[in-house]
Amino acid sequence: MLPTICFVKEIFEIRIHGRGGQGAKTAAQFIAEAALDQGKRIQAFPEYGPERSGAPVVSFVRISDKQIKSYAPVVNPDVVMVIDPTLIGPVDVAEGLAKDGILIVNTSETAEKIKNKTKFNGKVCIVDATKIAMGSVGKNLPNTPMLGALVKITGVVGLESVNNKVKEKFLDKIGEEKTNRTIEGIKKAYDSIQ
Amino acid sequence: MAKIKALTGAEASAEAMRQINPDVCAAFPITPQTPVMQKFAEFVADGIVKSEFICVESEHSAMSACVGSSAAGARTMTATSSAGLALMWEILGIASGLRLPIVMTIVNRALSAPINIHCDHSDSMGARDQGWVQIYSENAQESYENTLLAVRLAEKVLLPVMVCQDGFITSHGVENVAVYDDNKVKSFVGELKPYKPLLNVDDPVTYGPLQLTDYYFETKRQQEPAMEEAKKAYQAIGKELKKITGNDYGYFEEYQLKDAKAAIVVLNSTAGTTKAVIDKLRQKGKKVGLLKIKLFRPFPYEEVGRALKNISSIAVLDRSESFGANAPVFGEIKNALYDAKSKAKLHSCIFGLGGRNIYEKDIEDLFSKLLTNKLKGKEYIGVR
Repeated sequence: MLPTICFVKEIFEIRIHGRGGQGAKTAAQFIAEAALDQGKRIQAFPEYGPERSGAPVVSFVRISDKQIKSYAPVVNPDVVMVIDPTLIGPVDVAEGLAKDGILIVNTSETAEKIKNKTKFNGKVCIVDATKIAMGSVGKNLPNTPMLGALVKITGVVGLESVNNKVKEKFLDKIGEEKTNRTIEGIKKAYDSIQ
Repeated sequence: MAKIKALTGAEASAEAMRQINPDVCAAFPITPQTPVMQKFAEFVADGIVKSEFICVESEHSAMSACVGSSAAGARTMTATSSAGLALMWEILGIASGLRLPIVMTIVNRALSAPINIHCDHSDSMGARDQGWVQIYSENAQESYENTLLAVRLAEKVLLPVMVCQDGFITSHGVENVAVYDDNKVKSFVGELKPYKPLLNVDDPVTYGPLQLTDYYFETKRQQEPAMEEAKKAYQAIGKELKKITGNDYGYFEEYQLKDAKAAIVVLNSTAGTTKAVIDKLRQKGKKVGLLKIKLFRPFPYEEVGRALKNISSIAVLDRSESFGANAPVFGEIKNALYDAKSKAKLHSCIFGLGGRNIYEKDIEDLFSKLLTNKLKGKEYIGVR
């Protein structure tokens, strides 16, 4: 089941803000591929700029039950995910976000504070993905815990299909133990959303 | 049964190459072509394909190696972008002049200067008169299928073929791609039966001898009927491929064009964005349509002319310039409409040079101007 906000537009669109190296592109791909596994039509693509580690980057996801025809960048996302909270300010992360859209931010601050900083008056969800990642994988890799939060908040794909995607992509690369800890981090973020 | 995979356009092209399993691939990496060759090199390293992968030191060498291997009688493929294609320039004409059925993926990227890695079509459009067949692809799916078609086409008419896709937009974007059954594709592609291969010692031939005023003209004259033949063969082979894919391989795709009052002509990924806009505008009762060019060389003048001749207002979108002349696609459409004795108001629009984004809003505005006759002269979409 796609979340209710999806039916407003036929195509569910996500924009992810991060910094080069934080896995904004990977996060987009995981969500899209998990949706494809559930029989959806998908697109996942980054906006390529100067690809420097630490530079602000953006990636996009489109999910639909029908063929997705447009290849233009996402302008009015349903959901914006901010992997790196230091981007708030230098980047207008809420740009084009619909009033009934959702802003999901990796932060240790309160949702109120994020609302003030972003001037976004719609639904703001916070998740301390950095802290969760430090606790689970011992590294500042907040992109996968962010997916746990996204899944809980929007229901865009099932938690299980994201976990399967993580296993499929990570098992050979980082081994079973680290993969399990990554999945544990995703679950923690999932559970942290009330 | 087709398997639905999440692939980028680059991976989709590599997937076609995996199924084709060419004898030889000689390539040099260049952004944004790199992931095509990266993926294919992985297939070679893992022993999934039997291809001889030649790591060369430049694109000039890549195409030279392709010429040698194709003349020797090997099924030969490569890929490049932008400056890579520019560096191949000298050898492009040799490949077509020697009638070598090389298939090359072009991941479209702007040419320098200023230096730029993003999508436009100045690379392949600049090479449009080098005697290669050119097929353009809207998305990853078409890139994959066009590559399969290209191999058969090249070997049927003995001409090299370029299969083009948009850099980054297509090459680096992940989407659903239906990958067809290996055995079905392999039997469609078949085995290369080389025409007069250089390595056949029982029938010795010379490739690329000097032809001055005596025979050069005759050799070049023969490339023209080969192109005419390519046009016919493209459709015949397309019909065969349709049996596997269920998709049509027309010279172009008409989208909501039959009763359209205003139409856009464009190729590659922007055609998809245009379709999305047409869907929205049609819901509001606006009679708008699209003609998406797929086969650009040889160019289907007569068929395009017939498809467009009753449309009163047409904008042709080019993602490259022909400085001081009509833009490449615009020029061809104008020719086609002259032959069709069309009275259409025809407009040239340049967009997206160096990867400048084109938004649905831009296309919506353009349709609105077309419908109200507000376009004046040549338009530049999204330029500051």
